[in-house]
Amino acid sequence: MNNKINKITLANLGRDNPVFVQILGICSTLAVTNVLKNTVVMSIGLVFVTALSNVTVSILRKQIPTRIRMMVTTMIIASYVILVDIVLKAYLPDVSRQLGPYVGLIITNCIIMGRAEAFALNNKPFISFVDGMSSGIGYTYVLLIIAFFRELMGSGTVWGFTVLGSWWVKWSIMVMAPGAFFMLAVFIWIVKGVIIKDPEEVK
Amino acid sequence: MSEGIGVFGIFFAAIFTSNILLTLYLGTCSFLAVSRQVKTAVGLGFAVIFVMTATSALNWLIYNFLLKPFDLDYLKYIVFIIVIAAFVQIVEMVIERVSETLYTALGIFLPLITVNCAILGVSLFMIIRNYTFSQSVSFGLGSGVGWMIAIIAMAGIREKLANARIPKGLEGAGITLIIAGIMAMAFMGFTGMMGLS
Repeated sequence: MNNKINKITLANLGRDNPVFVQILGICSTLAVTNVLKNTVVMSIGLVFVTALSNVTVSILRKQIPTRIRMMVTTMIIASYVILVDIVLKAYLPDVSRQLGPYVGLIITNCIIMGRAEAFALNNKPFISFVDGMSSGIGYTYVLLIIAFFRELMGSGTVWGFTVLGSWWVKWSIMVMAPGAFFMLAVFIWIVKGVIIKDPEEVK
Repeated sequence: MSEGIGVFGIFFAAIFTSNILLTLYLGTCSFLAVSRQVKTAVGLGFAVIFVMTATSALNWLIYNFLLKPFDLDYLKYIVFIIVIAAFVQIVEMVIERVSETLYTALGIFLPLITVNCAILGVSLFMIIRNYTFSQSVSFGLGSGVGWMIAIIAMAGIREKLANARIPKGLEGAGITLIIAGIMAMAFMGFTGMMGLS
């Protein structure tokens, strides 16, 4: 059991990472990573929703009729997203306003649906929780890295504090749309370059 | 805040200055997955336009006549996604009847329209921006057209890329994202022509 948990966690963090290997959940990866703080809030929300919806789907997996399982899964995910949205509105109204529709768009984040379909439907609740959690964390750290560089190069700040002084010419393209695409592409390139060097890990 | 922009203004702004894919990042997943061939891209593009326009109209009506009067604002996510899922089902059945080849080509990607963030995103944006009914419909239509232009352009480029020599690590998603970045820069040239708040 312990062995299995370790294996799933490692796979989700590295070899099967949802963002740079499976290329899932890209929309929010790009949209919220221009400021580090928003990214952290978004990621916590996503880990919460992925883990709990995986557990719920797993508990109900014997009751859900196969024909309408997509609908049921979506409903479950949407309920958790509503929770996240309400909590954000109550405690972090500023961040909530900046994230705007992207909180609601967690529903359509393919990672959550993918994990529920591929894993939770065939596995026990606890192990599904571990899987959801580790997928979420695998997604989170990629986002944090991208957000760190985008904020640093685009605004010269980290977490809102100025790090690079006035000598730094701000790359405003990094906080805009094209920068997000380039940054993710470079990230994928580097990661794939590293993986390809290690023949053991080539699929 | 959206009073000043006419229906046509919103339509063109949604295509060019605030292209849903290249400036708002919505619908990137299916954009990366289905942009290998122009033919499939066109098919999916039309499906997205249809679903987007219809669902933005339906969701506007439901939101303003059902959810708002009864103070059920927080239910909007669930309601919107149900409407979208039902609509995708209809589109799927229609395509299956009309064109067998298109149906096999789109294959598993049709159900993916449900989880295409762009569709839900359009509905959520129109609520946030307080659009009127006609504004919402033209926003949905414009966003759909904009998405389709982007995916067809990308598919055209990728068909040519099939013969190009690309560094190993960049194959597939990497090079597609870089092209998307360059396209986004090109579309930034439209900025200032007209604005969407």
